[in-house]
Amino acid sequence: MTRGRTTSAAQHRLDLIAVVVAEPHADDPEADSTLSPEHVDIVGLCRHAPQSVAELSAELDLPIGVVRVLIGDLVDAEFVHVNRPVPPAELVDESILRDVINGLRAL
Amino acid sequence: MIFGRSERGKPPVEPVTLKILVAGGFGVGKTTLVGAVSEIRPLRTEELLTEAGRPVDDTSGVEGKRTTTVAMDFGRITLREDLVLYLFGTPGQERFWFMWDELSEGALGAVVLADTRRLEDCFAAVDYFERRSIPFLVGVNCFEGADRYPAEAIRQALDLDSDVPLLLCDARDRESVKEILIGVVQHAMAFQADRRETVTT
Repeated sequence: MTRGRTTSAAQHRLDLIAVVVAEPHADDPEADSTLSPEHVDIVGLCRHAPQSVAELSAELDLPIGVVRVLIGDLVDAEFVHVNRPVPPAELVDESILRDVINGLRAL
Repeated sequence: MIFGRSERGKPPVEPVTLKILVAGGFGVGKTTLVGAVSEIRPLRTEELLTEAGRPVDDTSGVEGKRTTTVAMDFGRITLREDLVLYLFGTPGQERFWFMWDELSEGALGAVVLADTRRLEDCFAAVDYFERRSIPFLVGVNCFEGADRYPAEAIRQALDLDSDVPLLLCDARDRESVKEILIGVVQHAMAFQADRRETVTT
C-alpha cells in the first residue's frame, strides 16, 4: 500500500490531531490510477468532513504510520491539505480555552 | 463506500483541535475514563522493537520481526462544530514511552490517573510531565473497596509540587470525568499565564 515507504518526502511527521481537509475543486480521486483504494477512502472521508489523522487511522483500521504516508501522497497530488494544530503555548487567545471549559460543562 | 459530497461553494468547517493525555499505570482506569465522556476508538501504530523491550518482547521463532503493534485508546469530544478535544490514553508499559514524546508534543495538558493501592505505578508519569513542563493534574480513581486516604496524604506520597492539582474521581462517572478535564484546562490556563509572565519580566 505504501510500497515499503515509512516516511513521505515532503512531510515532517503529521500530528495525530492535525486536520486533513479535502480540496473542494480537486479531480475525482477514483479516476487517478496512481492512487490506491485507501487513498481514495481518505479523500472520501475528508470530503464528508475534515478529519484528524487519528480518526482516519481508526476509521480505516490502518496503523498511523501508514496513514501518514498516504496523506503525504494526497497532499503532494493536491487532493487534500493539512491544518497543523496550534500549540497551546501559542494560543494567545485564552477565550478558546474558556470555550473548552464551557463546552465540557455543557456536555 | 459512498460518501456524501459537500456542497460546492460552501467551505467545510476546519475545526481547532486540542488534545489531553490520560496517563497512569496498567489497569488504573484510563480506558474507562476516556469512555465515560466520549466514544472510544482503538488506534494502531507500528513501532520498531527496541532494545528496551527485548526481555519482554519474545521474538524467538520470528527473529526477523522488527516492528510491533502498539494500541492506544482515543476519544473525540466535539465541543462545537469548530472546536474538538481529543483524549489519548497513553500506552501503560514503560517500554512504549517513546510514544509519549510524540503524543505529548502540543498537548494542552494531561491527567495522571492514580490508584491508592498502587501509587508507585504513576510515579513515572508524574516525573515525565514534570520534566517536560506539561501541565498535569492527578486524578485519584476511587475504586470500590480501596481504602480512602486524605488528599494531602496522597499528595505527600507522590511528592507533588504544591501547584499541581489533585482531585478524587470516579473514572466511570461522566460528571466526575468532566470535572477532571475542566480541571486540566483550568490548570493549563494558569500554567500558561505564569509562563508568559516569566517571559515578559
